[in-house]
Amino acid sequence: MNQKVNTPTNFEFEGAYIGQFGGQFVPQLLMPALQQLHNAFEASLLDNDFQTELKRLLKEYAGRPTPVTECTSYARINQSRIFLKREDLLHGGAHKTNQVLAQALLAKKMGKHRIIAETGAGQHGVATALACALLGLRATIYMGKKDCDRQAPNVFRMQLMGAEVIPVDNGSASLKDAINEALRDWASSYETTHYLLGTVAGPAPFPKMVRTFQKIIGEEAKQQMKQLIGRLPDAVIACVGGGSNAIGIFADFIKDEQVRLIGVEPAGKGLDTNAHGATLLKGQEGILHGARTYVMQDKEGQVQESHSVSAGLDYPAVGPEHVHLMTSGRAEYVSVTDEEALEAFQELSKSEGIIPALESSHALAYAKKLAAESTEPLNILVNLSGRGDKDLAHVMNILNPSN
Amino acid sequence: MRYKKLFNGLKERNQLAYIPFLLLGDPSEELSLKLIDTLVNNGADALELGFAFSDPVADGPVIQAASLRPLENGFSVDDGFNLIAKVRAKYPNLPIGILTYANLVFAPGIEQFYDKAARSGVDSVLIADCPVEERELFSGSASNCAIDTVYIAPPDASSSSLELIASNSQGYTYVLSRKGITGTENSQQETGTDLIKQLKQLQAPPLVQGFGISKPEHVLQAAKAGVDGIITGSAIVNLINEHYNTPDKMLDLVAEYARTMSDAAHNARHQLKMAHTIEKGSHYVDSRNNQAAAAGNGAAS
Repeated sequence: MNQKVNTPTNFEFEGAYIGQFGGQFVPQLLMPALQQLHNAFEASLLDNDFQTELKRLLKEYAGRPTPVTECTSYARINQSRIFLKREDLLHGGAHKTNQVLAQALLAKKMGKHRIIAETGAGQHGVATALACALLGLRATIYMGKKDCDRQAPNVFRMQLMGAEVIPVDNGSASLKDAINEALRDWASSYETTHYLLGTVAGPAPFPKMVRTFQKIIGEEAKQQMKQLIGRLPDAVIACVGGGSNAIGIFADFIKDEQVRLIGVEPAGKGLDTNAHGATLLKGQEGILHGARTYVMQDKEGQVQESHSVSAGLDYPAVGPEHVHLMTSGRAEYVSVTDEEALEAFQELSKSEGIIPALESSHALAYAKKLAAESTEPLNILVNLSGRGDKDLAHVMNILNPSN
Repeated sequence: MRYKKLFNGLKERNQLAYIPFLLLGDPSEELSLKLIDTLVNNGADALELGFAFSDPVADGPVIQAASLRPLENGFSVDDGFNLIAKVRAKYPNLPIGILTYANLVFAPGIEQFYDKAARSGVDSVLIADCPVEERELFSGSASNCAIDTVYIAPPDASSSSLELIASNSQGYTYVLSRKGITGTENSQQETGTDLIKQLKQLQAPPLVQGFGISKPEHVLQAAKAGVDGIITGSAIVNLINEHYNTPDKMLDLVAEYARTMSDAAHNARHQLKMAHTIEKGSHYVDSRNNQAAAAGNGAAS
């Protein structure tokens, strides 16, 4: 898994790297665990039994394929049409279920009986808990203390499904600190334990592996769009925290250069403040959680705390593939504030009867902007990565602080 | 060269190296320097100095808690290098290694980081989250600045990794006694003699064992396994965590601890030999033992 620099137009991983980003910057101690995972993952791609079992679980348990729904009134501006890839309808309520089932199966194949995971909004934790319950694995979920408080229903869901939830109050008590704790756990437990990382970040092989298991979102959407409008969409939009739902819907469109790929980062209280999580737009190149990527940091390299109204986007780094997509110019990255996301959250609920996750609300808000700015009618595909039930208490507090 | 001299000298005296770890700037710049003096005056043969990092994944709660103090006090990486320069001026022959994280080396510019390290008198750099497989990013700049690069040899490393570690580690090789992160909360396990044997066969630089070494009996076990030195980190940092508000007490306790551990390191091989001889039923008096210990202390003070 040596470093190889590939050209800006090559969007495949070569060894541990995609372009100059990625790698395996972990304590030496974890290298055997990563090597074992790499071998098991590569073998699973050629293993018919594994693929058949995964397909069956995705269809019969998770509920794939998810539909594409055209909005009837949301952001119907300048005759543009907005289509939603409905990952919110997946069992578990978010796209996370796709890759969690795959990794849990892989863990079983590797003979591991315990799973550790980190979670921000709780969606990855919930997905991990359900996959472990289904497959008979023990689950330990690390979650920032701050996130435990703002995502209480998800904590309860995980516990109901038999997972142990460990609140992390080190550092900023959010997602990055939960990842640190999970990595620490793994350093002493990897013989029996699989670290089920939730996004396209972390050391190789996680970014490639999670991408491979999430690619199904875009593959389905591509066929569905062809059936619905007879061609590919003009733009595909998804929110980016770590970046797994965005990579999932982008991956199959990367070669279709006429399709604009747009990732939406959380601008929080504004890009000119310190309270945001726009790593690609405002961060610098650095090394965090095992990968060479973009990081929100000070000039000496201390990692700064990020902010987003949405716990799932509150992460001061980003998956290395997104950095490659940005620096090569293949994908565009923009940002949306907390306020704009909250507005989209309410507007989609009211206009379509769909309550979106706060994460996905960022993508929706940008879809509306794009439609408004366009001089021609556009066909815009938005990844509705999850449903908003988990965010209800949090949004209720923001909108009606007296409650 | 300082490491080479140190390990050659220790070899002649049949002693293990005692290398304590401290976080730079903890609990304050002034006390950090006093702590270093205390360690050196109580038998430290070399120092391993850490930069506080916001996300120290290779460290346990003890060192993470300590990291918060320099970070909150605004003690910067540059302040750390300035502190090292002071230590270097006081102890021109003392090997000084630094332990840091990849992003702290990467962010300011890799070449600049190693250049500053060299100017402040650092001998070696160990990056806790850079395995030997990722060495290319840093090794060129390190060697341009004549800084040794230390790699960690963990218990489960594949034979190809061990070969890379043995052939790329400079100054010394950091041997892990057990899996996991730093901290005295995990009991130390016996060092795999297999690992030590393999590294010796591969002609790795001197083997220094760390993680989970906090008591003299751990030092004996390490000596038995055949290492050339020991590193203690969390035990000292724990004393600082507990007593930083009462600096005199903190310095006394650290002095006492360092003395105990350096004595253990300097005497371990002699003790083992004695135990072996007694086991065989004959009386053995090691006249070199006391002299050697005295020489060891003298050399380091």
